[in-house]
Amino acid sequence: MTALRTYWLNEYAAALETTGPLSLENQRRFWHLSEQLRSRPGVREVVPGMNNLSVELDPGAPDPDGLLEQLKSAWHACSAINLPTRRIDIPVRYGGTDGCDLDEVARHTGLSAAEVIRLHSSALYTVYFLGFLPGFAYLGGLDPRLATPRHRTPRPLVPAGSVGIGGDQTGIYPMASPGGWRLIGRTERTLFDPAATPPVLLRPGDTVRFVDAS
Amino acid sequence: MITVLKSALQTTVQDQGRRGLRHLGVGAAGPMDRLSFSVANLLVGNPPDAAGLELTLPPARLRFETPCEFALTGADCAARLDDQPVPIGRRIYAAGAQVLHLSAPLHAAIAYLAVAGGLSTPEVMGSRSTDVQARFGGLEGRALRAGDVLTTRAATASAATARAALTAAAATTPSVLLPQLGEQIRILPGPEYDEFEADAREALVAATWIVSTQSNRMAYRLDGPLLKRERGTDLRSHAVFPGVVQVPPGGTPMVLMADAQATGGYPRIASVIAADLGRLAQRRPATALHFALETRAGARVAWQKQQTYLQRLRRSLLQ
Repeated sequence: MTALRTYWLNEYAAALETTGPLSLENQRRFWHLSEQLRSRPGVREVVPGMNNLSVELDPGAPDPDGLLEQLKSAWHACSAINLPTRRIDIPVRYGGTDGCDLDEVARHTGLSAAEVIRLHSSALYTVYFLGFLPGFAYLGGLDPRLATPRHRTPRPLVPAGSVGIGGDQTGIYPMASPGGWRLIGRTERTLFDPAATPPVLLRPGDTVRFVDAS
Repeated sequence: MITVLKSALQTTVQDQGRRGLRHLGVGAAGPMDRLSFSVANLLVGNPPDAAGLELTLPPARLRFETPCEFALTGADCAARLDDQPVPIGRRIYAAGAQVLHLSAPLHAAIAYLAVAGGLSTPEVMGSRSTDVQARFGGLEGRALRAGDVLTTRAATASAATARAALTAAAATTPSVLLPQLGEQIRILPGPEYDEFEADAREALVAATWIVSTQSNRMAYRLDGPLLKRERGTDLRSHAVFPGVVQVPPGGTPMVLMADAQATGGYPRIASVIAADLGRLAQRRPATALHFALETRAGARVAWQKQQTYLQRLRRSLLQ
């Protein structure tokens, strides 16, 4: 049984979250709920997180105080549907100048660099939600053997397309940005294009595979 | 046409910002002090979503290459058009080849410049606002620098509106058009408020907080007592919004501002109410502020009051 918690974030925004172990099943329900809530009048933002969802209302929205109850009842009325699944291959050049931390990740995990690449490129990852930077996908599914702590001091500039490992997560920097993840490779694919519709390559529910193009 | 002769510490093109894109990781951007920005647009007869300039910590210098009408709001920068003093909160006519000088403001941090018609930089994802972190919007996705040239769109307002603006705004300038800095900044307790030590909750409202020089459009860091969380586990990543007061493990609170990223993971001790976020934005680095607890209902009333003021101003300008 999933325990639910709702709470206010500010005078116009509230959140709904499931407690207990992280669950892909619940995440599917959050995706579904996001799509439903997005079209409601008076709703300004609907942002799924990791087994949670936040809704921000327009300041003029009717009955703002009813938001917590509305979130709960919407959750109960909502099933975990499978969004149309898209599988997206991301070609990655591992190691070298494209992935300057690959050897460090190998040392930390006790694996060879080749083994790190094999494990990283053989898993299927699920996009849980987007955040941090435009088009940045939080991916579930990293092989636990690859988990490596972040750099204690973030790099001032990580190049766009860098593929990294941060703790038990892996991800792709859509644009040049400061960042603390261990960089193991780089892709040429465009993750974020403000002129495109939609502007993001990866969306919640997508399945991602990294393809070794070294 | 406007040429930037000297940028403020940061000068960006802003309109009302982007809405409904946080789930793609795209933040709102938009003006740090929405009230001052909106007043500037009203004064020159622009629609609310017209783009103008946000000048953070002038001095700055701009040249109007072609005749236009403009208004300054926000921080009082003792502005001059060539050698004529320019009051804030008025619609002013600039002939071609006139230079607008903004001095370093004594009290607030951010000035807004609206020009009749609005700036015509291209819309990106429904807004002309500059997202300086992700580098899109505004002029080439970046802050302005000397030599940049901005073009304006055709003005929509009539000349009659212009004259009315002068008198109407004159009456309201002292009380509302100037950022009100002396008051407390009102906050609501955040989701993790109760997980902070009693001392931390007390300090939040009792301490004098100093705006850190390490503040920007993403977040204002506040120097003061360190706020310790008593209990609680690591949080799963969740949405954050402008106004959220995050406390990283070091204990120094950060108020997320207009360029707040879409998601975060630090404990949220509080949230600055929407009506007061612009006043917080106007605090200069190294100046002091105090927080006071507010209720959700009170926060909404405060927001409504600002909207009512804007509507009244708009009506008076159209008379």
